[in-house]
Amino acid sequence: MKIAVASGKGGTGKTTLAINLALAAKSPVLLLDCDVEAPNAHLFLRGDLKRQHIVTIPVPEVDETKCDGCGMCSDFCAFNAIVSFGTVPVISHEMCHGCGGCMRVCPQKAIHEIDKRIGVVETFSCDTITLVQGKLDIGVALAPPLIRAVKEEAQGDLVIIDAPPGTSCPVIATLREADFVVLVTEPTPFGLNDLRLAVDVVRELSLPFGVVINRAEKEDALVRPYLEAEKIALLASIPDDRRIAESYAKGQTIIDALPEYEDVFTKLLQKIREAA
Amino acid sequence: MKIAFSTTGKDLSAPMDPRFGRAAYFLIYDTETKATEAIKNAYADAGQGAGIKAAETIVKAGASVLVTGDCGPKAFNALKQAHVKIYSAKNVSVAEALASFEAEKLPEITSA
Repeated sequence: MKIAVASGKGGTGKTTLAINLALAAKSPVLLLDCDVEAPNAHLFLRGDLKRQHIVTIPVPEVDETKCDGCGMCSDFCAFNAIVSFGTVPVISHEMCHGCGGCMRVCPQKAIHEIDKRIGVVETFSCDTITLVQGKLDIGVALAPPLIRAVKEEAQGDLVIIDAPPGTSCPVIATLREADFVVLVTEPTPFGLNDLRLAVDVVRELSLPFGVVINRAEKEDALVRPYLEAEKIALLASIPDDRRIAESYAKGQTIIDALPEYEDVFTKLLQKIREAA
Repeated sequence: MKIAFSTTGKDLSAPMDPRFGRAAYFLIYDTETKATEAIKNAYADAGQGAGIKAAETIVKAGASVLVTGDCGPKAFNALKQAHVKIYSAKNVSVAEALASFEAEKLPEITSA
């Protein structure tokens, strides 16, 4: 099964949760770091790099001898990546989404595609965990194709996916085809606000989901009442324990540094398996 | 010769809009007939590429000179490709910018 860990707000503990869930599985598990703009699960796992491959998207190139400057490519491009002045079009590759539409609409068949590098996919081996991460090249704005390349590596019984923060295209590309989504939040007004946005996204995608409250406090007048009102399952609470923050700052996982918390993640995994 | 101005309104009395790609209107002024034509910027709210579509819009309208506030690198390159000269005018009306242009007092934008 594929479990995605997401949140609206950044810094709620997605990576921490994803890694500790993977450790709690105690069996071979694939962890996909889809936060391709800032992948950092590897900082906690320190595995050996096994494979690396370059990911490209197809972008248009115009054969000037065939182009008659009709401008149909420019009219078609929904991303305004092509501009035509009645001459050979000017193409901005950094804005191209690689859809291939310009090539199809060109009556002169003057457009062909070339590969443009957008990033790399790397596979690390760390005991029971195989970590696959995407790393977007500097200056590249288009994360979804790289995220899809990371997800193509998905295999095996258990796949845990660490999503990027937010609610836009990279998050949607990550969450699609997940069997279950864990939304991580914190009991602050910011956490609640962004949780609401994330809940809207997973509901729109019709994905089963539940919530984990990180840095939870005994009194919670924000997130818990919201979950009750919306009838959303609270899967687990990770307490606001200074020792967790300290181990995190040293690059340690919770389960390694504070074994008494292992049970929280084991039970969480069990709950997800039952709910999905 | 036709001059394009980025503006918030539809005539010469309207203020200049210092933004090119996100301007509400482009006012095209014909130096021979003194006629003006306001073109609504269809890409003012585009997610991306507003600048290069603005360049396309004014070139299709026949402009060979652009007077705006600032111009981003993509729009700049597109305009350069189309041999459009770019001049800067801010905090004035289109009529004032036109007068300054005709008096050769506007600075040319030569890089972005």
